[in-house]
Amino acid sequence: MIAGMWIRSTMAYRASFVMTTFGNFAATALDFVAVLLMFSRVDRLGGYSLPEVAFLYGVSATSFGITDLVVGSMDRLGRRVRDGTLDTLLVRPAPVLAQVAADRFALRRLGRVTQGLLVLAYAIAVLDIDWTPLRVLMVPLMLLCGAAIFGAVFVAGGAFQFIAQDASEVQNSFTYGGTTLLQYPPTVFAKDLVRGATYVLPLAFVNWLPGLYVLGRPYPLDLPTWIAFTPPLIAAGCCALAGVAWRAGLRSYRSTGS
Amino acid sequence: MGTGRLYTAVAVGGFRRYATYRTATAAGVFTNTVFGLILAYVFMALWDEKPHLGGYDQAQALTYVWLSQALLMAMATMGGGFEDELIERIRTGDIAIDLYRPADLQLWWLSQDAGRAMFHLLGRGAVPLAFGALFFELALPADPLTWIAFLIAVALGTVVSFSLRYLVALSAFWLLDGAGVAQMSMIAGVFCSGMLLPLNVFPGALGEVVRALPWSSLVQGPVDVLLGTADPLGTYAFQASWALGLLTLGRLIQSVATRRVVVQGG
Repeated sequence: MIAGMWIRSTMAYRASFVMTTFGNFAATALDFVAVLLMFSRVDRLGGYSLPEVAFLYGVSATSFGITDLVVGSMDRLGRRVRDGTLDTLLVRPAPVLAQVAADRFALRRLGRVTQGLLVLAYAIAVLDIDWTPLRVLMVPLMLLCGAAIFGAVFVAGGAFQFIAQDASEVQNSFTYGGTTLLQYPPTVFAKDLVRGATYVLPLAFVNWLPGLYVLGRPYPLDLPTWIAFTPPLIAAGCCALAGVAWRAGLRSYRSTGS
Repeated sequence: MGTGRLYTAVAVGGFRRYATYRTATAAGVFTNTVFGLILAYVFMALWDEKPHLGGYDQAQALTYVWLSQALLMAMATMGGGFEDELIERIRTGDIAIDLYRPADLQLWWLSQDAGRAMFHLLGRGAVPLAFGALFFELALPADPLTWIAFLIAVALGTVVSFSLRYLVALSAFWLLDGAGVAQMSMIAGVFCSGMLLPLNVFPGALGEVVRALPWSSLVQGPVDVLLGTADPLGTYAFQASWALGLLTLGRLIQSVATRRVVVQGG
């Protein structure tokens, strides 16, 4: 309902909506333009070809785009905690998390999802994949679980902002930084960074582990094959943890007193 | 108060204003370091594949990564300096009050932005660069003269950055809502400044075009001066002519725009 309200308010300025959606599309497409520019000079990056990188990029960008569409306003929470306007949300008869998520719900963020899907479609069209039913199923599963994992990171980041009010940028480095990391093959990065993205902040489950199964590539860190099928479990675990963190954060909230 | 002292005071105010947000600065340093880390590995893979790409060796390419992260906020490559505030003042009409003040509008904001850039260079630039130098093999020069030459190029780059964003802000006199223009300017800033990828890696004619545009003064120019891959004097001349041209254009548009304010009855 709150999301609907924000949609109606942006639709009041249709030209502006079209412009900002396109702008959003173009701004996020720049990442992929960088990849294209790199491949204009080299044939492989970390041993991966352009369509393979595009596949990883497409999955990461689309699932991140879905998350951004749903809970992308989470980084505004710090400001709300600081200036005390979070109080308005607390007295309304709706879950605070849902309200924060829908805060300034911006349909223009569809630009990001569209861009990710286009790159993914290109990759799937060009790649020569031996499609088994499992591999076909894996693609939508990756997008959903990936969005859930990113969502958990967003919510946990929001919970963190209850404590550190001005630090929304720290959250950005895990969300935006995370999606940038996943846009490149794991072979590019140092082992410790890949380990961190697997065991500490399980971003590798968004696209690296299930994606490499689809591409038929060896896994990083000598992980077993069945690990490709664990993203739903990991996603559920992350969401549960983020929920606990969110409750703790919300309980620690003291208003500004002004 | 002498005019020189007035604008110095404004610059100091700009510096102090950003220095207030300590947690935000620390958080920003963290973000720049994370992105620097990711890009550093991508660049290493790229230069492994093709050594001497764009005329850099691997150490120079890594230096490029960390310097561009260090300059990101000082150069306001992605926008987000004074222009949002100026756009808001134009939209609400508060600009009329500013025009009555016995200070030059453009110089006022330039001084304020210079203070902001100075703070971001120290507050958000030094730590990521130090982190990069600690964990990666960088090609930083030992000669202090090269560093001074680099800082001059940085100073000129911030003026070019200011003059571009001043034009963005002035567009609000006609459009009222500056969001669209600001977004386009951000896209141009990221793409054409060399934030995304060094401009000399861009292929063929595209590379020549982006290197000739004003945005190359923001990142590519200063970094090349530090790496010793560009002649400092040539870089300064390039930056200064863009700065001068854009500032003059800003002044012309400003006088047309302020006449508009008067016509509307202030």
